[in-house]
Amino acid sequence: MQNQPRIVITGMGVVSPIGLDVPAFKKNLFAGNGGIDSVGFPYRSKEVRFPAAAVKGFDVSKYMDAKKANLLDRFSQLAVAAAKQALDDSGLTLTPELAERTAVITGTGVGGQNTLEDSYMKLLGDGGSPRVHPFTIPRLMANAGSSQISMALGITGPGFTVASACASAIHAMGVTLHMLRSGLFDRAITGGAESCLTFGTLKGWEALRVMAPDVCRPFSAERAGMVLGEGAAMFMLETLESAQARGAKIYAEFAGFGMSSDAKDLTTPDLDGAARAVVNALKDCRLKPEDIDYINAHGTGTRINDLTETAVVKQVFGKHAKKLALSSSKSMFGHALGAAGALEMLATVLAVREDKAPPTINYLGPDPECDLDYVPNEARSMPIRIALNNSFAFGGLNAVVVVKKAP
Amino acid sequence: MTQVDEILDIVAQKAMVDRSKLTPDAKLSDLNISSLDMVEVIFALEDKLGIEMPFNANTNSQEFKTLGDVIGAVEKQLAAKSGGKT
Repeated sequence: MQNQPRIVITGMGVVSPIGLDVPAFKKNLFAGNGGIDSVGFPYRSKEVRFPAAAVKGFDVSKYMDAKKANLLDRFSQLAVAAAKQALDDSGLTLTPELAERTAVITGTGVGGQNTLEDSYMKLLGDGGSPRVHPFTIPRLMANAGSSQISMALGITGPGFTVASACASAIHAMGVTLHMLRSGLFDRAITGGAESCLTFGTLKGWEALRVMAPDVCRPFSAERAGMVLGEGAAMFMLETLESAQARGAKIYAEFAGFGMSSDAKDLTTPDLDGAARAVVNALKDCRLKPEDIDYINAHGTGTRINDLTETAVVKQVFGKHAKKLALSSSKSMFGHALGAAGALEMLATVLAVREDKAPPTINYLGPDPECDLDYVPNEARSMPIRIALNNSFAFGGLNAVVVVKKAP
Repeated sequence: MTQVDEILDIVAQKAMVDRSKLTPDAKLSDLNISSLDMVEVIFALEDKLGIEMPFNANTNSQEFKTLGDVIGAVEKQLAAKSGGKT
């Protein structure tokens, strides 16, 4: 344990509902400019609309030519765009020697949902075609995001995809951290990508009856549920030693990772299960609860998540729970499922780097069961030495990461 | 078959609970019917009875504690539906 290398973040990229690159994301995150709007679909001669946080104005031609883009589902296009930004930002040139010691490990909840629905529509819809597009399978496979990044960036080391619903990105980044520490490779692109603002997916979420009719207001009185989002965020991770040796800009230290399984209910979060993941993350980097200044919450805006997460923080942090700040960036960019943890990692890194807690927007007032400091509606400048980022997935799979100020 | 019987049959089938245990005053928690079970029960009630129930698992405005609460909510929607037709 003593000799484990410290891992740092030296490159960041994002394509999100609140910005198509890191500077735009940062500006809107701290200004509290949300990206929740609505999306509509024609259905049986009507238009059906849903609240959603879509990525608007994304120009894939900035990242690949049209022939290449045709091979990728939108989720992979977003993944490649964010990964290219992160590599450029890191200042690294991946020579064949470096590329072999570089990994790509990314998360997604569902993979190529746009492709899947398009093909079903063509095949099964009225007047449908008896054939589907020949690229249906390579576009929709869940590992397409990682595969396409490896091809676009020329990464020839380990590559795979992690799927654990809403915790996919945190699990992907967390296992990358541990593998980097173990010396399995020297650097990695990691993060998450998701794009499933499709009619079928939105109807599926609607049927679960956990969706808000308008906006997402986590931890707030009168909150009415989630709003789906999409996007991708990717990071370049490497050891502190290698970053310092090449004089790289270091955004933050990626200090710890903890996980747990509830082994209880499919959709209802469990206090003890989630708390175990937080405790394990603190243990992983030998921190005490008092060391944490800020938590980027899972904060979905559902009644049960937000009160359970509040109880988790109280259970783990005791008296310190009232002193730390906790906010949900899902209020701004919705719940991007397998990309959520990565978008929120970016928000967490920026919070630590800028000493500023991003706000929970759309907050109307306190809920008696949610009585912590949620940084309502406006960002707050405050010292943030160390922060947590929580993801608690459907299926009871929990994952938490720890971000420290750059050494 | 009465309307209440029809509703309870659907609950029994979807929540996989012994039909003989289902009475209007029975508590959902005693019957081991979870909130996720209720999502499926309500979906089936809506489908079979041609109604829409304003049920959001996030708001306290429609919290079902007993089977009677469920029956009452269904009857309200059935009444609204037939009222709408006249």
